[in-house]
Amino acid sequence: MFGNKRDRGWSPYLAGALAGLLAIGSAYATTKVLGKTAFLGSSTTFVRASAMVERKILPGRVEKNEYFKKEKVKVDWQFMLVCGIFLGALAAAATGRAFEWEGVPSLWQKRFGSSVAKRAFGGFLGGVVAMFGARLADGCPSGHGLSGVMQLSVSGLVAVACFFAGGMLAAKCLNMKGNPYE
Amino acid sequence: MNEQLLGLVTGCLFGFLLQKGGVLRFERQVGALLFKDMTIIKFMFSAIMVGSVGLQLLAEAGAIAMSHKAMNAGAVVVGGLLFGMGWAVSGFCPGTAVGALGEGRWHALFVIAGMLVGAALYAEAYPALKVSVLAWKDFGQLALPQTLGVSPWLCIAVLWGAAIVSFVWCEFKRV
Repeated sequence: MFGNKRDRGWSPYLAGALAGLLAIGSAYATTKVLGKTAFLGSSTTFVRASAMVERKILPGRVEKNEYFKKEKVKVDWQFMLVCGIFLGALAAAATGRAFEWEGVPSLWQKRFGSSVAKRAFGGFLGGVVAMFGARLADGCPSGHGLSGVMQLSVSGLVAVACFFAGGMLAAKCLNMKGNPYE
Repeated sequence: MNEQLLGLVTGCLFGFLLQKGGVLRFERQVGALLFKDMTIIKFMFSAIMVGSVGLQLLAEAGAIAMSHKAMNAGAVVVGGLLFGMGWAVSGFCPGTAVGALGEGRWHALFVIAGMLVGAALYAEAYPALKVSVLAWKDFGQLALPQTLGVSPWLCIAVLWGAAIVSFVWCEFKRV
């Protein structure tokens, strides 16, 4: 009931509660180190990483862009946080024997078949729309969902409701049914 | 400790917990949207329960400053709905896409590539959005307790209540 045996992991209640402690410790530590409280988030980093890539492809365009100027392209605390998420997940998966090469998730496969190209197209398109929306809303499930709601921000609560409303509608339309573990 | 190192260490711990909590899987993310697997709800609500109390205590002690994102109605609602639709198809949010890659789920690379393109498109669209969706109605930085004129602890108690009810429901339904 409280276990998470399928992934050889921990109970999501325990891991979540520890993530809550991390959010508290992180708020305190950033206040000390950065001189300003920073909260867990990820999507702004994608803006900065995107600008770094665009600089290579279309030189000069980033410098003229108002939004990139506003968000300041730099490798900051949050940028390294996102890099850390990759390393931390890798370490946890490797030590917990949960690392698994996966090109097409099983739930996707049941609905759309085992084509990697189809999954690549869906994943890419979904990523484009999700990030456009996250930047418009000024946050993702980390910034709005965890950090915003924890601080009792009205924007965080409204954003989470909209994330789930949009997500449930789209998931229903895609008709992805069935138990993914069958 | 400098800024970048602190970020890296915090991120490693966050990524470790996301993996151990089992939230880095397409099935878990989309499963919650289908009410089939509520792992991410359990993870998020648990984090929020603990975090909300700690952040409130630290803020009252003057050790941290809360930072509320603007309640720009059009942006949060339209952006939130768009995000949700993209999330259902991609199966990952920005943080979990990076974590899923660390877990070996390499199709997350396509999602990350899409997200980088999405961010660039948003940057291109920003001047037009600023005079349209972003200009509809901005309520500014709103905290729920001040908006309702109640104690933050009452809001936290309600949040805890909602979380516990959802946990009982999840375990009762075995999802």
